[in-house]
Amino acid sequence: MPTIVFIHPDNRSESIDAVVGESAMQAATGNGIDEIVAECGGNAMCATCHVYVDENWIGRLAAMGDEENALLDGVATERQPSSRLSCQIKIEQGLDGLVLRLPERQV
Amino acid sequence: MIRPDAEVSGRLTEAPSGAPPIPRVDVDPFSNEFFENPYPAHEALREAGPVVHLDKWNVYAVARYAEVHAVLNDPLTFCSSRGVGLSDFAKEKPWRPPSLILEADPPAHTRTRAVLSRVLSPAVMKQIRDRFVDAAEVKIDRLLAKGSVDAVADLAEAYPLSVFPDAVGLRQEGRDHLLPYAGVVFNAFGPPNELRQTAIERSQPHQAYVQEQCQRHNLAPGGFGACIHARVDAGDITEAEAPMLVRSLLSAGIDTTVNGLGAAIYCLARFPEEWARLRSNPTLARNAFEEAIRFESPVQTFFRTTTKDVDIGGHGVREGEKILMFLGAANRDPRRWADPDCYDITRKTSGHVGFGSGIHMCVGQLVARLEGEAMLAALARKVATIEITGPVKRRYNNTLRGLESLPITLKAA
Repeated sequence: MPTIVFIHPDNRSESIDAVVGESAMQAATGNGIDEIVAECGGNAMCATCHVYVDENWIGRLAAMGDEENALLDGVATERQPSSRLSCQIKIEQGLDGLVLRLPERQV
Repeated sequence: MIRPDAEVSGRLTEAPSGAPPIPRVDVDPFSNEFFENPYPAHEALREAGPVVHLDKWNVYAVARYAEVHAVLNDPLTFCSSRGVGLSDFAKEKPWRPPSLILEADPPAHTRTRAVLSRVLSPAVMKQIRDRFVDAAEVKIDRLLAKGSVDAVADLAEAYPLSVFPDAVGLRQEGRDHLLPYAGVVFNAFGPPNELRQTAIERSQPHQAYVQEQCQRHNLAPGGFGACIHARVDAGDITEAEAPMLVRSLLSAGIDTTVNGLGAAIYCLARFPEEWARLRSNPTLARNAFEEAIRFESPVQTFFRTTTKDVDIGGHGVREGEKILMFLGAANRDPRRWADPDCYDITRKTSGHVGFGSGIHMCVGQLVARLEGEAMLAALARKVATIEITGPVKRRYNNTLRGLESLPITLKAA
């Protein structure tokens, strides 16, 4: 089981066990990471599962699609080069130890 | 009500050898009796099996969350291009030209969907947010001045009508056709009962209005409608397609939010503890609206059509069969939700199917949430009590669950 490290806005870090094949959003919502809202349930439509990917990891994720890129223009906190939608990050064994920073708000 | 021992016969199904027969359920989900109280029937439908057969309309149905979610998320097997109502477009002429987005499959759907997704994107919501919030506050101030109002006509209908047609860029005149037109659209997804037949018979003036308003010259610059037409210039859609996509906004953009808002106000009026929690923390407004969508499921049902022989929960269903999805039953399936019949404004609502799921999930969901959040936050800040003061009357529609009348008295905070 790959571990994902979520860093809350107050810098507290929380490690959770994710399941290969699920999304980072599903791993978060299934483990009580409240900062991930995911209003649309993972359909890449709402931009409320925004995360900042740690700089050591951003280059190791699969590239984002056009829809995700467009949605990121509407996130509630500032969009940064490390911004991704966690529903579009698919968990694989190679992502063991992935570090995702949580924004202050999603709406 | 349930005859689980009876087997569906003839052409309808051929269960794999050893598989149990598909339970037959004697329920008419398009009857007034059902509309008044669908919950016992929802439970019976869920408990009968993963897929059931409704003898009344000779159609298969799924009512458990897992199967509803699975059907929604497999659009190649469960297609929309043969209509998302009971009528099969492969066998019957549609009552209106089919929608280019709702009643379409990939790859055709992918292109039109992308246009509406961008027109109604999170970034666009940021631009219109202040207007919608201000309008909600003005509306509540006026209703507080009156005190006793009808939460359906004066609030659930009046608020969306005060913001959405302007956001689309519609002309002022003729807007009274919008709700009747949507009523026809959602009745027409149902079976050929009196509701559907009467609605279609009377639809001509409403259709004529909508067709005319979808033309480019009738849409104000900067609105959703003009933004759709601008995509013609970019080469994304044709001149003939643009008015049809504007039509989708007018079909699905108003009556849905009317019933969503009505559901939320009805919940908050019935559950004073939840109302108190919202008042003490108005930032819960958005989730209180979302939970009302799960709890009441303003859009109760949609259909798909099988494109091949399929297995649903161990039962075989042939190609070319309509599958009725009970979104409202899925949203209260105890297999998925703890205390499903409880309205809880702090519930983790992610994953509910009130807006659908998958490629056809409501493209206007962000507008709906914006209206819901704006209105509930205004109520929470300005209103002390919501009291139901008269008979609550239900409105009958083949697809939409909502009220005809909800008399309430509002007291200022």
